[in-house]
Amino acid sequence: MPNPYTGGGSASAAMATVRGGSGKGPRGSASPELEASSYSVGQVLLRMLSFVRPHIVSLSISFVAATVSVVLQLYVPILTGRAIDCLVAPGSVGFAALTLTLQRLALTVALAAALQWAAGYCTNRLSYETVRDLRTCAFSKFERLPLSFVDSHAHGDLLSRVVNDVDQLGDGLLQGFNQLFNGIVAIVVTLAFMLSISLPVAALVIVLTPLSVGAAALIARLSAKSFARQQAIQGELGGFAEETITNQKLVSAFARSTSECERFSQINQRLYARGERAQFVSSLTNPSTRLVNNVIYAAVALLGFTCVISSWPSALTVGQVQSFLSYANQYMKPFNEISSVVTQVQTAFASARRVLALLDAEDEKDVLRAPETPPADAASACPERFEGRIDFESVSFSYAPDHPLITGLSLHIPAGKRFALVGPTGCGKTTLINLLLRFYELDAGRILLDGRDTATMTKETLRSAFGMVLQESWLFEGTVAQNISYGRPGATRQQIEQAARRAHAHKFIMQLPQGYDTVVGEDGGSLSQGQRQLLCIARVMLTDPAVLLLDEATSSIDTRTELQVQDAFDRMMEGRTSLVVAHRLSTIKGADCILAMRDGRLIESGTHEELLSRGGFYAKLYRSQFAS
Amino acid sequence: MRELLSRFVAPYRVRLALGVSAKVVEVFFDLATPVIVARMIDQGVAAHDSSVVLRYALLLMGLAIVGYCFTLVCQKMAALVAQGVGTDLRDALYQKAMSLSAADVDRISTPSLVTRLTNDVNQIQVAIALGIRQLVRWPVLAVGSMVAALCIDVGLGLVFFVCIPVVGLVFWLVMSRSVPYFRVMQQRLDRVSLVCREALSGARVIRAFRRGDAERKRFREAAFAQADTAISVGRLSAVLNPSTLLIMNLGVVAILWASGQRVFEGELTQGQVIAFVNYMGQALLSVVFVANLVVVFTRGAASAQRVGEVLSCPASLVPGSEELDADATDAAVPALELADVSFWYEGAREPAISGVSLSLGQGETLGIIGGTGSGKSTLANLVVRLYDAGAGTVRVFGHDVRTLSFGSLRRAVAIVPQQASLLSGTIRSNLSWRCPDADESALMEALERAQAADFVLAKEGALDAPVEAGGKNFSGGQRQRLTIARALVGSPRLLILDDSASALDLATDARLREALGSLSGLSRIVISQRVSSVMGADEILVLDHGHVAGLGTHRELYSSCDLYREICLSQLSEGEVA
Repeated sequence: MPNPYTGGGSASAAMATVRGGSGKGPRGSASPELEASSYSVGQVLLRMLSFVRPHIVSLSISFVAATVSVVLQLYVPILTGRAIDCLVAPGSVGFAALTLTLQRLALTVALAAALQWAAGYCTNRLSYETVRDLRTCAFSKFERLPLSFVDSHAHGDLLSRVVNDVDQLGDGLLQGFNQLFNGIVAIVVTLAFMLSISLPVAALVIVLTPLSVGAAALIARLSAKSFARQQAIQGELGGFAEETITNQKLVSAFARSTSECERFSQINQRLYARGERAQFVSSLTNPSTRLVNNVIYAAVALLGFTCVISSWPSALTVGQVQSFLSYANQYMKPFNEISSVVTQVQTAFASARRVLALLDAEDEKDVLRAPETPPADAASACPERFEGRIDFESVSFSYAPDHPLITGLSLHIPAGKRFALVGPTGCGKTTLINLLLRFYELDAGRILLDGRDTATMTKETLRSAFGMVLQESWLFEGTVAQNISYGRPGATRQQIEQAARRAHAHKFIMQLPQGYDTVVGEDGGSLSQGQRQLLCIARVMLTDPAVLLLDEATSSIDTRTELQVQDAFDRMMEGRTSLVVAHRLSTIKGADCILAMRDGRLIESGTHEELLSRGGFYAKLYRSQFAS
Repeated sequence: MRELLSRFVAPYRVRLALGVSAKVVEVFFDLATPVIVARMIDQGVAAHDSSVVLRYALLLMGLAIVGYCFTLVCQKMAALVAQGVGTDLRDALYQKAMSLSAADVDRISTPSLVTRLTNDVNQIQVAIALGIRQLVRWPVLAVGSMVAALCIDVGLGLVFFVCIPVVGLVFWLVMSRSVPYFRVMQQRLDRVSLVCREALSGARVIRAFRRGDAERKRFREAAFAQADTAISVGRLSAVLNPSTLLIMNLGVVAILWASGQRVFEGELTQGQVIAFVNYMGQALLSVVFVANLVVVFTRGAASAQRVGEVLSCPASLVPGSEELDADATDAAVPALELADVSFWYEGAREPAISGVSLSLGQGETLGIIGGTGSGKSTLANLVVRLYDAGAGTVRVFGHDVRTLSFGSLRRAVAIVPQQASLLSGTIRSNLSWRCPDADESALMEALERAQAADFVLAKEGALDAPVEAGGKNFSGGQRQRLTIARALVGSPRLLILDDSASALDLATDARLREALGSLSGLSRIVISQRVSSVMGADEILVLDHGHVAGLGTHRELYSSCDLYREICLSQLSEGEVA
């Protein structure tokens, strides 16, 4: 059932916050290993080049084609001017020259267009394919990073490196670089052409154009300032709206809508004042550069035609003046393009550094050390099945070096026994599971599975021994059936249904619109917390592990359903080693051994009855839950 | 959408007209330039008269400056109208959002409402501003260039009639094919982020189930699909610039070639040929700009539609007009009466509440218990009328809730929601919600009762201590006690506590229950999963998937209701139950 006080989902969609599950390690803020500033420009380019290498043909074609096309396009005004010079006056038209020039013009244009197309096509392809490869590469990295890394970095930040930064990189470094290069070529070639026609008029254009660049820069600075102010209020407005609309039901349950609307309106009025100014200022850019350009245009026409009439300061034809007028119009374009591309390229560099920092983060080690006594043959190296005997040998661990959590912990769990871990929040229960699965590596000591040091096994082998329901009920976007069979991809529908029945999930699944084929949204979407947990339980019911780990597996389920699910778990635990972390003590009464933990130490162990009669820590914990 | 436009743009029509007219003037100045340059050549250069050239050059500069002034007027008007309409839209949208029923908010979803309020309105503002600034400019320039060219020479003008439609056709072909791709492209990119996000949020599960390879494959598929779509779109749009370049210049070639004979025969001057070439450039560039505008407007229209959707959402909860005076109600009238109440969430197959009837006398306590999803909170929401019952009637102090004004209903009934949410502000601003002019002593009394006085007084600034968004700077238990205090301010007559002591320790919970019990004349509904919280109620409602599984006292239910007994035994020992 949707919770009526939070809307359909929190709008702040906690992407920016760490969702590191049970990881209680150092959180997001300090992440020295992702410091991106250490890459020099050369390093970035070199590394990017290695990603572009497979597409080197496209890259070369696009650069050569673009350059030639720019030169040809700039040659067009000269040819047009020459053609115009053939049309002097009645009775004086050079038809032969006109035809020849026009043929050349048509050819030039056709070639320029073809090359422009080829360059555009290649750049585009190159950039998207590189983006794709980089993304795939960065994603594989996610699967290789140690869990401590995933827990200690904001997921939103990691995500944006793979999605946004890689995109920026494609836009800026590949397309932007191309534009930058073309812009420079255009400026140089235009200058060369202008100088070759007439030094004085070219000088006029060169002297006056900075005016236009200056005007554009001035307005850009002004509008950046007012946009920043507008942005601040926009943020305030968005924040206010999000908070109050998220709590819309609360606001209306307290009949507060009118006063909230008044407050919104006040912010909105401030936004209007700022927004109107920001929009006006920024809309001045085009007209102002156009004004300067028009003035330059008039000046060029004045000087150019004076030259035609008096052959002073240089001799010019009408056609040549027309070429100049075209150049005067176009000359500015590359400047504007470059200035916009430069910021794009800068952002792209920043993005590239962020992506590289991610790619270069240290991978987790699969096998930490070689076994002391190498296994005699391959069969014993990778046994078909583990028995499930677990030993912790003076294990020490801490998430942060200055806060030791577990020191010198030893523990023996015989195969096939049910063990339970209890203790207050933060005492290290979940940590033990993290260590057992090697989500985190030990600081000291060893953990043995069937007598073998887990650090000498591949993670694949090690983890194949365990089946687990973790604290967070993670579901992915896919059907209910796909989610249940996640740990056993080939399972038949019948097996899936059977698992769901055992997890007491079948009933609610059948009430979903498409039953087992209902697509659950990301993170479980519309399912309640309890329903999500039941699906995760069904997921583990479908597997046949040597060791079953349950970390607060029934915490979101109501007490009655919990009892029923507990039955199914009890059956599953028969003949298997199991380790159960529980908050509600009623669920672990039947364990073979209960381990009570506090501050990373085991302080009591025994059966429920033994511990109760001892009247120690466990007994106190138990009574605090059941006193009414 | 037309309705939306006329409603919100109408107040600005004078400014709109002013802006558009200023723009038209500016465009005419631009159109005059080629003619002036032609005159410079034909009257000045041909006659070797420098003074004519100077005069026309000054005219060009003068026109540029005057044109600029007109542009300023236009830009100012565009900013005023666009931001004005945007501001009005935001106000209207926000008011609408706050008056939507909970069902509508669920359906549209909060993030979507916020996006419509911010991004979509921004898109509309951009579309309006560009509409005023550019939509007039480019078509007028295109048509003007054509007309001007025709005035010079009808025969040559025909080249325009070939080139412009051809460029238009190319653009239409490319855009009509690529626009549908944009949505697909966004979906594919969303898919890339989704798989990525899941890989991070599910890092433990993926590793534990050794599904890294499968996830990599899933991502690879998503990334390849995204790249393929992007490349397809790119292939289409790579055609645009080269073809415009080609058509425009081939047009110039045609003009120059055809002018040869005419200039030779004296029907056309050199200056006029140049004017022609310049008009050609202007006209074709205009077509390109118009095409770019189409993209902005398509986006703007989509946004307008999304905004319109919210604004036209019918108000599903209409407040009644009766004022409830609970204090003046006869003591024999029940505080709450449900008569065969049922409720369905939108799109749900099964009712969330089905045929519930009960009556709660004034000053009495009703306990509601049941598993997750049994409909407990839904029932509470029907009482404060966040939703309307699908069938049956909800009466509060003898009045059908649908006949009461929201203000008076919610003054009499206070709710402490399951989710202990506070809004950013101060403790005082949060507490005085029900009663904006509550004095210090009233607030303190409520805090005392809610067992919150000690930690509030310990805060720097006490009542004026800041509260961060969501109340993040308070612990779960403190937040719960503050939300209870918030409900107590303004002396409600019916108090609904929706699982609102779950984060409190047993001792505090007991003190709280005692403090609330001593409020005479206050009727209470206590919703909980804990048997111990409802055991002492005058009557307990046991809900099972929206159905009444039992209604009675603890003792009655324990002997007659299987579900209730099961719940009790799952939490308490046999001895504790009795």
